[in-house]
Amino acid sequence: MDFDLSEEQRMLKESVDRLLEDRYSFEQRKTYTRAADGWSRELWKQYADLGLLGVPFSQDHGGFGGGPVETMILMEAFGKALVLEPYFATVILFGGAVKIAGSEAQKADLLPKVAEGKLLGAFAHSERDSRYDLADVKTTAKKDGTGWVLDGEKTVVIHGDCADKLVVSARVSGGQRDKDGLALFLVDAKAPGVTRKGYPTQDSLRAADITLKGVKVAASDVLGEPGKAYAAIEKIAQSAIQALSAEAVGGMQEMLDITVEYLKTRQQFGVPIGSFQALQHRAVDMLVATEQARSMAMFAAMMVDEKDAEERAKAISACKVHIGKSGRYVGQQSIQLHGGIGMTLEYKVGHYFIRSTMIEILFGDTDHHLAALARAGGLIPAGTTA
Amino acid sequence: MDLRFTSEEIAFRAEVRDFFESNLPPDIRRKQVLGQRLAKEDIVNWQRILNKKGWACPLWPVEYGGTGWDAVRYFIFKEESYRAYAPDALSHNITQSGPVICAFGTPEQKEFFLPKLRNMDIWMCQGFSEPGSGSDLASLKTRAVREGDHYIINGQKLWTTNGHRADWMYGLVRTSTDGKKQAGISYLLIDMKSPGVQVRPVVTLDNDHHTNETFFENVKVPVSNLIGEENKGWSIAKFALGNERAGIAKVGLSKARLALVKALAQRVEADGRPLAESPRFREKMALIETELKALEITNMMVVAAMAKGGSKQDPRTSVLKLKGSELQQATTELMLEVAGPHAMANQHEFLEARTGETVGPDWAGTSSPNYYFNRAVSIFGGSSEIQHNIVAKAVLGL
Repeated sequence: MDFDLSEEQRMLKESVDRLLEDRYSFEQRKTYTRAADGWSRELWKQYADLGLLGVPFSQDHGGFGGGPVETMILMEAFGKALVLEPYFATVILFGGAVKIAGSEAQKADLLPKVAEGKLLGAFAHSERDSRYDLADVKTTAKKDGTGWVLDGEKTVVIHGDCADKLVVSARVSGGQRDKDGLALFLVDAKAPGVTRKGYPTQDSLRAADITLKGVKVAASDVLGEPGKAYAAIEKIAQSAIQALSAEAVGGMQEMLDITVEYLKTRQQFGVPIGSFQALQHRAVDMLVATEQARSMAMFAAMMVDEKDAEERAKAISACKVHIGKSGRYVGQQSIQLHGGIGMTLEYKVGHYFIRSTMIEILFGDTDHHLAALARAGGLIPAGTTA
Repeated sequence: MDLRFTSEEIAFRAEVRDFFESNLPPDIRRKQVLGQRLAKEDIVNWQRILNKKGWACPLWPVEYGGTGWDAVRYFIFKEESYRAYAPDALSHNITQSGPVICAFGTPEQKEFFLPKLRNMDIWMCQGFSEPGSGSDLASLKTRAVREGDHYIINGQKLWTTNGHRADWMYGLVRTSTDGKKQAGISYLLIDMKSPGVQVRPVVTLDNDHHTNETFFENVKVPVSNLIGEENKGWSIAKFALGNERAGIAKVGLSKARLALVKALAQRVEADGRPLAESPRFREKMALIETELKALEITNMMVVAAMAKGGSKQDPRTSVLKLKGSELQQATTELMLEVAGPHAMANQHEFLEARTGETVGPDWAGTSSPNYYFNRAVSIFGGSSEIQHNIVAKAVLGL
């Protein structure tokens, strides 16, 4: 058991921390939001040059050969800086889908392009009525010669507006919520029949609603075996939650730090408000929640590659429950302890609060995962009695 | 970063588990599972079994009987101990006065006390709190006035847990009223059989006699029973607080209790099906398990840092105390809820293990008193509010 970073991991952390410290002040970030894509193409190139875009991919695929811990390091740093670039959509979701479900040829073709910063991707999975049910897919895929034809609508596809390629889930058989009968397809974002409506999300990121009308997909662009994609979709979502947890922890730590700094400087009644015990204790509860959340993000990193699918699913659900609860607590308190200034968009703490609210929703909220964990019997097996 | 235990640590866990399984007397285990009170001889008996094995006082320096384990191994030892339902060592002997005497005692004090503390030949109690000195412990007033080779003690201590069973007390007494209140306190060992010591029971909400008030009227204590220097008792007492960090959260205890709750909830019917199948109850348990898992990892991070010689000032230690007590309490609450109406009968004789007979199922017979008694967990050893104050000051700089 060793929680220290390896030499390589420490270097990775230092390089991303240094870059973001130089390039991601709250003011600089505002200028990136005003760019055409809502993020900085120039920084994206820098991420590529530093090797960040290939962190989770094997060296054979142009990557860094990193695992969940490396992802945790990066996402925590991104969470601290409220990074706008489509790392989560392209590397974690799209890259993750190719890594998890793709053939060797597909990986060899796509992952190096992602790592080099030449290909943006998105995961077009959720639909208007699917909420958090990963199996709920109405988009259809019908056999067409050797290939397929896709029809349907995908909603809130994170960074779907700027993506070059999409991983699209569709149903080849079965009912709307059946786990059997799902498939994943690689679709060019500009392919005939694909229309995208891009929009900003609450947290200043971007998303798109995507309509697929008679979109033709070649047999070589199917990821995995058609009809059997549910397990892969679940694994993609679990990797996403692992990454989001680390991002959330970065945000919580920042909210705590900003708030404590404010308590030390803001004067009322002739004294710093941090001298009041009611506020001190609240800040300590924020620290406790943040430390506990960090431990859960660590747990997710430990368990996301666990072979036992049931144990893995339970661990990831437990992590999402904790991150959701603690993120909400730390976020709400960070606003409350600031008072009025915490409510303004000019001040940065509220932006973390908003992002953590979105993270709670992404890939299943607290109630969804608590119910899933409870149904699965929880983390601790029943013991023996007297 | 490697988040797994090493193969040596896994082998160590197996060794500890095996030892507990084959050496913990079944009657002690049964009382523990049923939540019954242990007799003095149960605790002594188990401690002597551990002492024979060399595991009586893992954290003491090796020369005084410690095991030399690092924090990770100690953590594993405690986890397995709870898993087996083994009793906790008497903290007053093993994690409080013992380490203090190891660190500050004279050769004579060490020779006299340490082997006896380890083997429970003598039983220690704590004399810190007073009626007017709870969270503000340094305001304590019990006076020790030097007269030749003796101190003459006058005053009153409160919450003397096990005072009625104890042979000796390690107490804080005021030897000076000059300067800061912390600077006039001394750490003294007091023979409970000394003339002028009077112990009166204080019955707690569980209708049980754990704790006492202790009166001192002109009690003569030899100066040779002073630990460390006169007026340095405050820092000596604080030294002992840091000792139990690796085990302070009692994650293993809460895990074992939750596992028991789960097993029992399968036996209880609620609305025509096992309570364990109620989505509401399952979610309640799952939420606690989630917090417990986070605490377990936090605990592992603290012990990993300790094993590498990390600083005593780790902010996560307070997280362990705060969350640890919260979760111990939450699991006793769950037990109460599983028991339902079976928690209502007052079954004091069963709690004291003086009878095996119960109204209703035996597993439910102690659920309410144990729930009440666990409210103390967030009060003793520095209440949760004091922990908040400490973190606010020491960690957040507020």
